[in-house]
Amino acid sequence: MQQPLSSGHGASLQKSSTAPECHQQVPNKAPLRSTAGQYDFINYQNNYQSSVHNIIRPVCPMSLGDTQEPEQMYTTLSMDSSLIVPRGPNMITARPQSEQAFLSTPQQASYITSDEHYCSQVPHNVPSQSTTQVFPPHSAPINHTYPGFSYQTTSVFSTQYNAPLTSQHPATSQPSLNALSCQTKALPKTGQGHTQPSFQSCHAGTTGASWHPLAGASTTIPTGPSDNPVIFPSSASSQTSKGSPLSMPHHINQSYPPGRPNVAKPPVAAAPFARWPPPSADRLISASATPASGSEAQDGMHCGYVSNTQVNSAPSPLSSTSDDEDDDDEAGVDSSSSSSSSTNTSLPNNYDSLEGGSNQGLSSSATKAPAPSDPSSSITTKQFGDAYPTLQPPYLKIASPLHSVGQPTSPGYPPGIQQFTQPFSNVNQLSSSMEGLSFQNKQQSEALKQVSLLQEHNILPPVPIQCPPSSLSPELRKLNCSPDLFRCTLMNVPQTQALLNKAKLPLGLLLHPFRDLTHLPVITSSTIVRCRSCRTYINPFVSFLDQRRWKCNLCYRVNDVPEEFMYNPLTRSYGEPHKRPEVQTATVEFIASSDYMLRPPQPAVYLFVFDVSHNAVESGYLNICCQSLLENLDKLPGDSRTRIGFITFDSTVHFFNLQEGLSQPQMLIVSEIEDIFVPTPDSLLVNLHESKELVKDLLKVLPTMFTSTRETHSALGPALQAAFKLMSATGGRISVFQTQLPSIGVGQLFSREDPTQRSTIKGALHLGPATDFYKKFALDCSGQQVAVDLFLLSGQYSDLASLACMSKYSAGSVFYYPSFHHIHNPAQVEKFQKDLKRYLIRKIGFEAVMRIRCTKGLSIHTFHGNFFVRSTDLLSLANINPDSGFAVQMSIDESLADSSIVCFQAALLYTSSKGERRIRVHTLCLPVVSSVAEVYTGADVQAITCLLATMAVDRSVSSSLSDARDALINAVVDSLSAYRSTVSNLQQSVLVAPNSLRLFALYILALLKQQAFRTGSSIRLDERMFAMCEMKTQPLVHLMLMIHPHLYRIDNLSNEGSITVGDKIIPQPPIMQLSAERLSKEGAFLMDCYSVMYLWIGKNCSSSFINEVLGFSSYASVPQNLYQLPELNTVLSQRVNSFVSWLRDSRPFLSIIYVVKDDAPFKTNFFQKLVEDRTETALSYYEFLLHIQQQICK
Amino acid sequence: MAFTFAAFCYMLTLVLCASLIFFVIWHIIAFDELGTDFKNPIDQCNPIRARERLRNIERICSLLRKLVLPEYSIHGLFCVMFTCAGEWVTLGLNIPLLFYHLWRYFHRPADGSELLYDPASVMSAEILNYYQKESWCKLSFYLISFFYYLYSVTEDRVSLRCHQVFSSGEDNNRHFKY
Repeated sequence: MQQPLSSGHGASLQKSSTAPECHQQVPNKAPLRSTAGQYDFINYQNNYQSSVHNIIRPVCPMSLGDTQEPEQMYTTLSMDSSLIVPRGPNMITARPQSEQAFLSTPQQASYITSDEHYCSQVPHNVPSQSTTQVFPPHSAPINHTYPGFSYQTTSVFSTQYNAPLTSQHPATSQPSLNALSCQTKALPKTGQGHTQPSFQSCHAGTTGASWHPLAGASTTIPTGPSDNPVIFPSSASSQTSKGSPLSMPHHINQSYPPGRPNVAKPPVAAAPFARWPPPSADRLISASATPASGSEAQDGMHCGYVSNTQVNSAPSPLSSTSDDEDDDDEAGVDSSSSSSSSTNTSLPNNYDSLEGGSNQGLSSSATKAPAPSDPSSSITTKQFGDAYPTLQPPYLKIASPLHSVGQPTSPGYPPGIQQFTQPFSNVNQLSSSMEGLSFQNKQQSEALKQVSLLQEHNILPPVPIQCPPSSLSPELRKLNCSPDLFRCTLMNVPQTQALLNKAKLPLGLLLHPFRDLTHLPVITSSTIVRCRSCRTYINPFVSFLDQRRWKCNLCYRVNDVPEEFMYNPLTRSYGEPHKRPEVQTATVEFIASSDYMLRPPQPAVYLFVFDVSHNAVESGYLNICCQSLLENLDKLPGDSRTRIGFITFDSTVHFFNLQEGLSQPQMLIVSEIEDIFVPTPDSLLVNLHESKELVKDLLKVLPTMFTSTRETHSALGPALQAAFKLMSATGGRISVFQTQLPSIGVGQLFSREDPTQRSTIKGALHLGPATDFYKKFALDCSGQQVAVDLFLLSGQYSDLASLACMSKYSAGSVFYYPSFHHIHNPAQVEKFQKDLKRYLIRKIGFEAVMRIRCTKGLSIHTFHGNFFVRSTDLLSLANINPDSGFAVQMSIDESLADSSIVCFQAALLYTSSKGERRIRVHTLCLPVVSSVAEVYTGADVQAITCLLATMAVDRSVSSSLSDARDALINAVVDSLSAYRSTVSNLQQSVLVAPNSLRLFALYILALLKQQAFRTGSSIRLDERMFAMCEMKTQPLVHLMLMIHPHLYRIDNLSNEGSITVGDKIIPQPPIMQLSAERLSKEGAFLMDCYSVMYLWIGKNCSSSFINEVLGFSSYASVPQNLYQLPELNTVLSQRVNSFVSWLRDSRPFLSIIYVVKDDAPFKTNFFQKLVEDRTETALSYYEFLLHIQQQICK
Repeated sequence: MAFTFAAFCYMLTLVLCASLIFFVIWHIIAFDELGTDFKNPIDQCNPIRARERLRNIERICSLLRKLVLPEYSIHGLFCVMFTCAGEWVTLGLNIPLLFYHLWRYFHRPADGSELLYDPASVMSAEILNYYQKESWCKLSFYLISFFYYLYSVTEDRVSLRCHQVFSSGEDNNRHFKY
């Protein structure tokens, strides 16, 4: 039964263009304030579908936050208030910028006003203020001369500005929307969606894909926000008409469903399906999903109707007070669940009945409960038990004395946690736990299987590797956070630090907290339930002692359940705190109340800083950049308060006055870069909506303004200072585009790279910053909630090591396009265009903080990523973007022997681009184990590799590259020798690894050959540095691809084992080992290295492939620098293209594809990525293993 | 001369050692300050508090940095003085710390002009713990050495007095008592 689950995961990552569902309920029965618990369930779009997907973003205002909704009156105060201020020369100094911030505070009352998706009827939300703002008449262009700087309006403006505007947005976006509406795609990694319990309960009963019905039933339910009428009908119809099985629009149904199917399956039997599915299995099932969907969909339709008929027959006249039409549908669904679960409220409040994990439990609950009058209520009783499985298994374990006796002998099973409630034991529970035991033993023996590395030739599995299973009970495991969001290096946490030291493996977490999600429960509630002592948010792993008290799973404090929490707005019933969404899903988002902010949430403020020196103009990036901005101006995430500004610089700094009312933008030039000042602080950052025409005019004219510049200097430092002065009042995002080494002013840098030393260790000397200006600047920015993103488009050395500091400490991101040129390097241009588009319209969170809490006894000691560590467990993130990942290292301070599980909770508090304060909470639960063998069983080799990579980056900066390399090798040597001495009892000469770590040596070797740590071949310092930056910030999945690329043979793609996404069939070729012996001259091979792909064509490759896929007649006629695959009308071409685009859609930024022939310039790059092979300076995999063996035996 | 250079050294180091102890105590307080955050977690999440907090961290770090060189140079001065005074035992006791200081000074993070205590990384629990341990160790070292110097001064004094008594005895012997 695990296949449906996993394919359900795939399905949850759909690129379905379903509507964000707004869902409002106002309880009219419960004795509660009506503010309580308004739940919004939202489809978060999966943004990883870069190109097509991004266009649709405005459609989903919740997820991406960039629809400009007219109804949403965020008031127009902020900029206008500044307009009133008289202008004049003295204004420059007389108006400090903080005043501006102060002036914007009148919005405080209105910032909570939500758009229609967020229950605007909540009493504490003041409705949108209908502000009648008087716009003072704007004076004509300023003619004041300011002391100390020259001031001019260039003639370019006057000539160009009369051109009528051409709005290009509709034209460009329309086709893409169409494209999107008829296709849905899944991410390549199967089983990486949410582990939502609900999916399980949906699938478990019916065979195969029982989520189809939900999708099929979607036509009734999803109605989008009323302001997007065009998109939703089309998307909905596309789903139904095509019968696309993989769309999951309805989260109400799916996340907290009655869970009917589980009835047939007591949790005992549920054990096997919670096992981590074999990756191949879900492919099969998802491939088979489509043809089967017809009948199953009907089946499920039926299911859906059942619930709907329940709605109709439900006695409760729960008419939703909300005004949206769509709410009625959802309220219907909810009322069905409330009517069904109303029997639950009468259940005795005890865990035995709640657990329902065994027949005894069920029968006891049945006896205690009022006799179910009809089958459906008894069904829901059972289901109810299953839906609340959280902490019961540990209790059971303790309770049954037999089991606790047997416990020491059962290595796979976590020791029970301390007794908290009344003991309860019976035979059935024992047998259930025993069954789980045998299952886990089997699982463990599989994971513990020893692999002799030197003898195992085909070590790489043909499918992507999944996160290893933990020895958690299946109920907990399906509640757990998705491994894509939150992952631990050791899925079985050792009990003590001594045990951890014995295993010689790093303990750490890898997080991707702001990842775009397809499904995320959003909770609006006036009180957010948190532990009173450690402030942990309530999560699925807390234990309810009784109905009124819950015990924190991190600090073990017993807290009261607030009155409001007793009411479950989903089921509209009272007395079910354990059925609230907060305790049903490990990833939730809260809309924070006003307690969480002392100042109004900041508006979205974007400042673009362009290098316009001669070098920059030569590279031609400005044109592309402005074009992209023009196209995406309407899609920038933000609300009506969004502000935008532009600064350009060469040896002077130029500002652009875009004040509304001007006939054309004015350029103000400040040449005094020693002591930079901002000429007109008010009119440089302007409201995007009020000055949109001016902004567009500027963007059109900007590329042409500097074409004839002779200025070669670059005053980056002063420009940054000016940008900071502009931004410090509000916070926001500064995007810096730089093309060369900053040569004058503060922050001046000098070339530190010796090109002759590139291939030696010495060449990697200057990995630290040359000056602390950028770091200090970043810290200042971080304090003012400003993030700096750096785009470095440079042909020559630009000292990225120093420049990257500005992003590193301000939580920005770094993009690097080596040897960018608009003519000579079209591939880079394409990548830059696509990346920039994604960058501009991706989701953004402002003034964020992230706190990672862990169970008492564990402590976090080191963080990796881009942020400022403000407190020992608090990361300050001026901006958070969906593409950045974090890593932390942990140590075990106290013994964890008291508990059987540990939990980690990452809470990210941020201001959405709509001006809402939100908290996204992820909770991960892991078992504690007491033997080294179990620690090895749960070792997650990918997470370990990624954590080691970030640690090695730190080591190479603080110490040296060779130290970092040695440390990496020692990490393998230590852990394998520790394994041999503690677990394995084989003879000395064999190099063995546990099955979970069989790829460890390979990955470390790949890491040593990665650009960041490679020695021996020529690597530019900037490229090395950029690779290091990526290691610190990329989320695990992408980082693993960078470290160890996937190699596919694609000249013989067949539909065998393919998966279906939407109406497209995606072939799934097996992943091959990265060795030249796997290549053949007759074939064509695709290597996927995340940011680039190489398509290597063998010399004797069949001419049909070259003809059908590349469109050339023969091998010889394929050009050297081919970087695009044509869309040809042949079967093979379509297969290749669908496969490549499927790979590309799985990541946020574009992967360039290079076609590599024998004589192509990228040939060396390609062959360097074949990590198992020997190069002139690096060992082959086999030699590396021999080296490790030698080290171990030493 | 009765009042030897060594005695002078000990008296001077006694005074300076007291100042070093104050430095270290200040360090300990500062790290404690860094380690404890705002009491109210909601405050922590507040952007305005963020600014204050950041300024606080930067201020503390810059103060800490200002104390680094004086501390190291005072301790270096001890070693120079004891070398001059020929107090080899005391010098031997101080040499390890001298080398540690030199190592710290030259092995600081390659961060350009700044010394230790980088505000961007000081809040990392690992580094903060290290600093805290370091300052506690130094405190104990300075306290012990303070009492050692005190002992040395008094002993020096005592030996001086004995010497005076002895020498005065000699003087007496040279003259007849009337």
